[in-house]
Amino acid sequence: MNPATDCKIEIRDLTMAYGSFVVMRNINARIRRGEIFIIMGASGCGKSTLLRHMIGLKQPAQGDVYYDGEAFWQSNEEARTEKLRRFGVLFQSGALWSSMTLAENIELVLGEYTGFPPAELHGIARLKLALVGLKGFEDYYPAEISGGMCKRAGLARALALDPDVLFFDEPSAGLDPISSRNLDNLILQLRDTLGATFVIVTHELASIFTIGDTSIFLDPNTRTMRASGNPRELLKASADPAVQEFLTRGESSAVANAANPINSRAP
Amino acid sequence: MAVIPPRLAARRGQAGVVIVDIAGDWLGRKTLPDVGPLEKELAAGGVSALEFAAHELGRWDSALMARILAIDDLCTKANVEFRAKTLPHGLAQLIALADAVPEKKDAAREEAKRPFLRRVGESGLGAWNGGAAMLSFMGESVLAFVQMLRGRAQFRWSDTLLVMQQCGPQALGIVALINFLIGLILAFVGATELSQFGAAIFTADLVAIATVREMACIMTGIIICGRTGAAFAAQLGTMKVNQEIEAFQTFGISPVEFLVLPRLLALILMMPLLCLFADLISIAGGFLVSTLMLDVTPALYLHRTVAAISLVNFLLGISKGAFFGVLVALSGCLRGMQCGTNAAAVGEATTSAVVTGITCIIASDGIFAVICNALNI
Repeated sequence: MNPATDCKIEIRDLTMAYGSFVVMRNINARIRRGEIFIIMGASGCGKSTLLRHMIGLKQPAQGDVYYDGEAFWQSNEEARTEKLRRFGVLFQSGALWSSMTLAENIELVLGEYTGFPPAELHGIARLKLALVGLKGFEDYYPAEISGGMCKRAGLARALALDPDVLFFDEPSAGLDPISSRNLDNLILQLRDTLGATFVIVTHELASIFTIGDTSIFLDPNTRTMRASGNPRELLKASADPAVQEFLTRGESSAVANAANPINSRAP
Repeated sequence: MAVIPPRLAARRGQAGVVIVDIAGDWLGRKTLPDVGPLEKELAAGGVSALEFAAHELGRWDSALMARILAIDDLCTKANVEFRAKTLPHGLAQLIALADAVPEKKDAAREEAKRPFLRRVGESGLGAWNGGAAMLSFMGESVLAFVQMLRGRAQFRWSDTLLVMQQCGPQALGIVALINFLIGLILAFVGATELSQFGAAIFTADLVAIATVREMACIMTGIIICGRTGAAFAAQLGTMKVNQEIEAFQTFGISPVEFLVLPRLLALILMMPLLCLFADLISIAGGFLVSTLMLDVTPALYLHRTVAAISLVNFLLGISKGAFFGVLVALSGCLRGMQCGTNAAAVGEATTSAVVTGITCIIASDGIFAVICNALNI
């Protein structure tokens, strides 16, 4: 494969700001088709904000995001809507439309963009729910199912239009370790079967190492990205103490903290 | 177990060291000694370090911790060495833990003291931005309405019908009650004043004209604003908190078309009908008072009423009702869409929606009155 044309998403010199307050500057990344791209960093460093810039919810202060070589924010609104149609987004809490059943949530999206008759729509909605393990829950309202199920239903809705790119905002937040692991497996399966590209915001180390092909590490102190690359290789090769500390849960710096009476308490 | 009263005292040790004696049980809630004397001791100068003597310390909880942390801050301020190791082991550990992460200085809000002019400027800018947001929202709503007329809007008639049911038939009870009472009140006022001149029969005119032209549409507008406008703001605000509105955006579905349009449409269609109903009920209230209290026969009252209502007055009232419906829908939806992202923000959005809606209704009714006067309607 030709790596130059195979670049699905490129973030170029992106600066994110709320008014005059700069959250992050000079973010650059290239994501190839079919890769799972992880945005990691400490809580509150702007991971979700970066995701919002990628899915058209927040305009960058500078720079742009390129999909298949086309600038997202510089294009007109119609072209942006066209691109949005090829995305699937899973929000942190699922963000299912609470006044509709799970099936209706999916049918609404399908109905907007495909010309299927209602019966067909229902069949596809059933299929999408079955894909995420929610067969039989078509007529439940989001408030009637658990948080983990809401998240999976949100994933089913994100998959509704057979997207090229899937964005996940902290998919494992609030899930128990086994559900979280199952979700990781589901992501890997979807990548292999659909060939979609994934952008995932997370700080769950287990997920990062299991599914991440490439990643960037955002650092709130320097207000920019500190590292990028495959997370497993970053763990092995990165010399940056902040990256090491994050990827090892701070255990590599335990020696440095030995003088601290809390950490040196005898067992 | 007897409680020994807590004690905190400072004394000078050797070579500029201040020793703080801590003793007793630190369990009281009102009688804990404060750090005032120690502060004076440190301010006196010539102090290089601070130690603790806590051999007689009994039981303690977070209140003591907070005192010691305050002493730590005092030492930092006065540039005095704080010898935490002289504290009992458990306390020293907790203090070390509290000190482990340095205070984040730039995280503190800069709100505290802003000069007067800056506050004036900021609230001016805030009002300007609020006005701009309102105008752009109205523009978007008009565009959505045009899209609907062209048959291209992304919204569902089933939603519209549901909202129509909620703000129309389900509001009949409260609309009937309030307007019936308004009719009664108008008739009472008219009856007592007009019968002094022997003109009690004109109570029918008073009730009919006041109701049809002003009271029915204003009262119905205010009721619907408090009932339905607030509900719109709460629904959309909760959807905002739950990221549901963003979910629409990421699927390329316009939230204004999908959420605002059905509500706008429902109120435009329902408000004239509610106003018509209110007219009828209010006149019935006046009828009841007049026929029971005054010497007016039902037939005469009805005859006067019919004679008093002109088509212009009637249409004016009904169309004002539809216009107030637009105001209520827009203010409710606007405040809902502008809602912040927490539970308190939903409450604020609801309050703000009702305040905005009622203000707009009364203000625009005043403008209508001036225009009608100028046009001799």
